[in-house]
Amino acid sequence: MISFLALVITGGEIVISHPRFYWGETGNSGTPPLFKIPIPASRDSVPTGYNYVMPDQNGWSRYLHFEAAWVLVLTGLVYVIAGLLNAHFRKSLIPPPAERRWSAFRSVFARYLRRAPANEAENLSYNVVQRVSYLAVIFVLFPLVIWTGLALSPSFDSAVPAAVNLLGGRQSARTLHFLVSGLLVVFFFVHITMIVLAGFWKRTKPMITGSVKYPSERI
Amino acid sequence: MSKISRRRLITTGLAATAGIVGVAAAPGLGRRYGLIPPDSGGFYGLGETLTYGAQRLLTRHSLAREFPRSLISKTPFANPVAPPSEAFKRHQDTGFSDWRLSVDGMVAHPGSFSLADLKSLPVHSQITEVACEEGWSYIAEWIGTPLVNVLDAVGVLPQARYAVYYSIQPDWWESIDMADALHPQTFLTLGMNDGDLPVSFGGPLRLRVPRQLGYKSLKYITRITVTDSLKNFGKGLGSASPEGGYSWYAGI
Repeated sequence: MISFLALVITGGEIVISHPRFYWGETGNSGTPPLFKIPIPASRDSVPTGYNYVMPDQNGWSRYLHFEAAWVLVLTGLVYVIAGLLNAHFRKSLIPPPAERRWSAFRSVFARYLRRAPANEAENLSYNVVQRVSYLAVIFVLFPLVIWTGLALSPSFDSAVPAAVNLLGGRQSARTLHFLVSGLLVVFFFVHITMIVLAGFWKRTKPMITGSVKYPSERI
Repeated sequence: MSKISRRRLITTGLAATAGIVGVAAAPGLGRRYGLIPPDSGGFYGLGETLTYGAQRLLTRHSLAREFPRSLISKTPFANPVAPPSEAFKRHQDTGFSDWRLSVDGMVAHPGSFSLADLKSLPVHSQITEVACEEGWSYIAEWIGTPLVNVLDAVGVLPQARYAVYYSIQPDWWESIDMADALHPQTFLTLGMNDGDLPVSFGGPLRLRVPRQLGYKSLKYITRITVTDSLKNFGKGLGSASPEGGYSWYAGI
């Protein structure tokens, strides 16, 4: 989580040096952007419309971004390998057959909207909405953000040109890297909000220790 | 709390031992195979070393992507540089006719090359992308002679590990390892898009390092020094970039 926050903050600082996004292989201050973020930039060569230049934080941000990426990727690898070995994904994340239907999603959202307290099953395991979103984060968003990030390395691309060519070019890769990171940030905030609503300590202790101690366990 | 089984204790112990041995042996192996960057100290040093080491294992001989002529950017972009020094202005007034590139250090025959000398070496062109660390990029055709031709002409000694290169602008210098210095796409660039290299893009002479970000492609270069160690250059971090807070290796 520390490395994720470090990546988000430094990623934001790097975006500030050029808050314009393009599609295709190339893009710069002389070409029309796909979209731009309405903030001042940390470089005076970027036409932002603001008469203000932010302080340049790119140097340490880039150092920390890549270091945190190593920590996150190596931790993630251990997590995914362990999850495959101990069947965590199969048992706890893949929705059981009975819940693979829209009505199961609807009933979870209905309970969320009523602010109903977690039922007994949810105290011990994940509901179908949680399972699907966790699987999407672990097996879709994180691989995508790593891939689009690697595609931004000109040296990596020299060894694996398909990494960037399949994404439609360097600037497409940069734009996708930004958008996928945005989705991860949305997930992060929703996830934290739900944990707080469900009781912060009640939920975070078992995350770390792996054991669940609830009254319902007495049976 | 479950009891820790004997098998688990043994496998964990073995894994931990292997890990400790690996960590202890890594710096020596890394240095031997040239996988440690000069800015490997400090808080960011570990990440920087992992990045540089991994990329060197993966990309020692790989070629930067080249593009068809149709993808050459209509609007290439050049970051403004500091106001030209007096020395540069004097060269500009004489049409760069006296511009010279000196090559010294760990070479058999230190020498000095005029722009005409460089043009008499085999000249090639490449259509590659310049990517800035800020995020923008453009594609251009770059015309020049591969640095390796000049290094061959002066005879690089076998113990050489880095090429340090200097701009005529004060306090602007960079360095690359021999994998990049001898790389066929590392160009002493004299022309761009069928014309002379414009001053804003580094003319009359820019070292293009297309597998790294734009800031390694130094403009207005006048001197190259070949060395086996970067310790005695500046603060010993490899180039002016890490002294200004930017990583020495910019392949990412």
